[in-house]
Amino acid sequence: MAEILKYNEEELLKEQGFDDHFHDHGHGDKHKTSFIFKYIFSMDHKIIARQFLITGIFWAFIGIGMSVIFRLQLGFPEDSIAWLKPLLGKWIIVNEETGIGSLDSQFYYALITMHGTIMVFFVLTAGLSGTFSNLLIPLQLGARDMASPFLNMLSYWFFFLAGIIMFYSLFLSTGPFSGGWTAYPPLSALPQASSGSGAGMTLWLVSLTMFVVSILLGGINYITTVLNLRTKGMSMWRMPLTIWTFFITAIIGLLSFPVLVSGFLLLMADRGLGTSFYLNEIFVSGEALDYVGGSAILYQHLFWFLGHPEVYIIILPAMGLTSEVLSVHARKPIFGYKAMVYSVMAIAFLSFIVWAHHMFMSGVNPFISNFFVIFTLIIAVPSAVKVFNWITTLWGGNIRLNTPMLFAIGFVSMFISGGLTGIFLGNSAIDIQLHDTYFVVAHFHIVMGVAAAFGMYAGIYHWYPKMFATFMNETLGKIHFWGTLIGSYAIFWPMHYIGMAGVPRRYYRFDGFEAFNQFTTMNEFITIAAILTFGAQLVFALNFFWSIKRGRKVMTKNPWLANTLEWTTPIKAGHGNWEGKLPTVHRWPYDYGKDGKDYIPQVIPMSEEEKAEAEH
Amino acid sequence: MDAMTTRYEQTSSRIHPLKFGLWISMASISMMFAAFTSAYVVRQAQGDWLEFELPNIFFVSTLVLLVSSVLLHISFRSFKQGKEQRYKLLLVGTLILGFVFLVLQYFGWQSLFEIGVDLRGNPSGSFLYILTGIHALHIIGGIVALAIGVIRAYTRKYRLTERRVINFELTLHYWHFVDLLWVYLLIFLYISR
Repeated sequence: MAEILKYNEEELLKEQGFDDHFHDHGHGDKHKTSFIFKYIFSMDHKIIARQFLITGIFWAFIGIGMSVIFRLQLGFPEDSIAWLKPLLGKWIIVNEETGIGSLDSQFYYALITMHGTIMVFFVLTAGLSGTFSNLLIPLQLGARDMASPFLNMLSYWFFFLAGIIMFYSLFLSTGPFSGGWTAYPPLSALPQASSGSGAGMTLWLVSLTMFVVSILLGGINYITTVLNLRTKGMSMWRMPLTIWTFFITAIIGLLSFPVLVSGFLLLMADRGLGTSFYLNEIFVSGEALDYVGGSAILYQHLFWFLGHPEVYIIILPAMGLTSEVLSVHARKPIFGYKAMVYSVMAIAFLSFIVWAHHMFMSGVNPFISNFFVIFTLIIAVPSAVKVFNWITTLWGGNIRLNTPMLFAIGFVSMFISGGLTGIFLGNSAIDIQLHDTYFVVAHFHIVMGVAAAFGMYAGIYHWYPKMFATFMNETLGKIHFWGTLIGSYAIFWPMHYIGMAGVPRRYYRFDGFEAFNQFTTMNEFITIAAILTFGAQLVFALNFFWSIKRGRKVMTKNPWLANTLEWTTPIKAGHGNWEGKLPTVHRWPYDYGKDGKDYIPQVIPMSEEEKAEAEH
Repeated sequence: MDAMTTRYEQTSSRIHPLKFGLWISMASISMMFAAFTSAYVVRQAQGDWLEFELPNIFFVSTLVLLVSSVLLHISFRSFKQGKEQRYKLLLVGTLILGFVFLVLQYFGWQSLFEIGVDLRGNPSGSFLYILTGIHALHIIGGIVALAIGVIRAYTRKYRLTERRVINFELTLHYWHFVDLLWVYLLIFLYISR
């Protein structure tokens, strides 16, 4: 066991700290005045982070709850789900002869559409990067708050507004939008295309536009804070990998979400002003519509120009959280810090020039496809660099197998499993067989859905003590981890086989197809696994909300013995984060196990030998 | 925004966070228009494209917008040099030219409509109206900022503070930006008709 460094932090902060006269003005306390301004219209980044997190958890349960409902329909099409009638009402159709209640087919499409939209945007974008960018950027950089706390508050409230609008659309009598989360025209452009394409689609568009505003406001803040508000000594190359990933994520978001807005504006014009950007000559019930000369593929280009960077917007923060958690709990420096940063940059750059691999089968020129195939496969290189670095970080580490660490390791496992199938799908030739099958569903769920969720869970369990000053229960955490890990593989592994056999995604039921009958048991298995995995998430929710009040109290400032700056703040940090001076940073954040010392926080000055070493 | 300003005062060599934030937003807006114009190019390449001459009035409006940018720039310099009357008048002048630009754009749309280019129908026309329309919305944003500037100039006592210089600079940069954006759009539309 390495020697544990002893130091007096209070003294150190007083001696070395950087005085920004924050508390001289006395405005540090004005946010504590009333409940409404402290917890609701708060401008404190730590409160906003918790708002994002709890809203994200709420949406996560709506989203995965929907998946359980449509999995019931897919796995057991012959069995009655009339017992869901109190919840779903008219969307459950009871056959009068047999008495079997089944899901309305139109509503099935609405459910998968909403599941996709909610999980991708509300949970894994806002819930993940909103939470941790807000919490960690100021704390780990040694800043009092974000560059503009007001815009930060607006960012949350635009997200909340987007959520309200989307939630309202669930209760429309015509149902929410049902044309798939990608909202391809003509289903999304013609209000008469399906029952969800009318009011449901209008609300979907308005909601997501509000959501983009939220992302842009947040992103402007994150980038500005990282570049301008780092404390003394915190050079870019001393930033934890979490901050690097949030920073680059925000840049990707700022460059790609406006393109989605462009696509949406043209779509709105088609819907409301009668233009024909996306609509060609179309006949509806024997009657020709006015539209001439539009191109539906144009929307796909605009959508996927965001859509592909979006998956990195989701996964990069999870990578950053995982890197930090792995290093802290393996008591080892992260392996290849600079390689990690450069691979994140490379991934971010490549993410902008691969979008058409979502459109291989839409009739794009096969020669142009080659270009996209090559760049798609090149993404495997920086991704593999990251994976090797995580594994080498673990190698020979003094590993603490607690819940955050388990989830971080689970992230690496999921990322490998899901990443490998991406190499199959990135080939335009193999895509002829695999596109729009369950193989695709399995691939993206593992690599970006489940993996990102694992990164998020690692982050929640690790930074929970900082957010709520209590720990989450370890036993429940481990039940949650094993339930989720085994459950997720049980759901998505079989889907690869189904997909290779050509079973298409988005179909309402398969029992009418002779070729797919052999998969009936597999479909049942997947559904049962989905229900059990949902149960494991309930354990998490119970643990999360119960531990806020009743969890084991955090007694020391730095319970994980970590190096980064957030653990030098008081256990319950108030507005302004540090009570006195701001900490000064003397070293990078990964000095674990160096010179026989277990850990050396960033605020400890370099010794003479270290300085001499650094000069070489 | 207390946390930010206190820090800014000590590290004045760094760029002001709000200004930096504005530049990032400009990058964002540029991406949006890049998406529109590339969608235009992609769609145009598919053929079935209505060709027409741009109305001359768009060149007049360009000139108006360029002049307004110059006025605002001089106004900002006068503001910093303490020439109170001059900066106020120029600020009002910029605001008026901003409105004139919008009116001229409207006339431009009218003359397009008269030669039979409609918002509906061939996407060639739709693109033009949407591009110029969304640009006009960004101009309106600038006009709001300018109007706030004018109101403050005439209701508050003249003082040269860092805060006010920053606010003025933000408006100035944004106005130059929407100006350049329009020049880009005009050249793009002119070349790729």
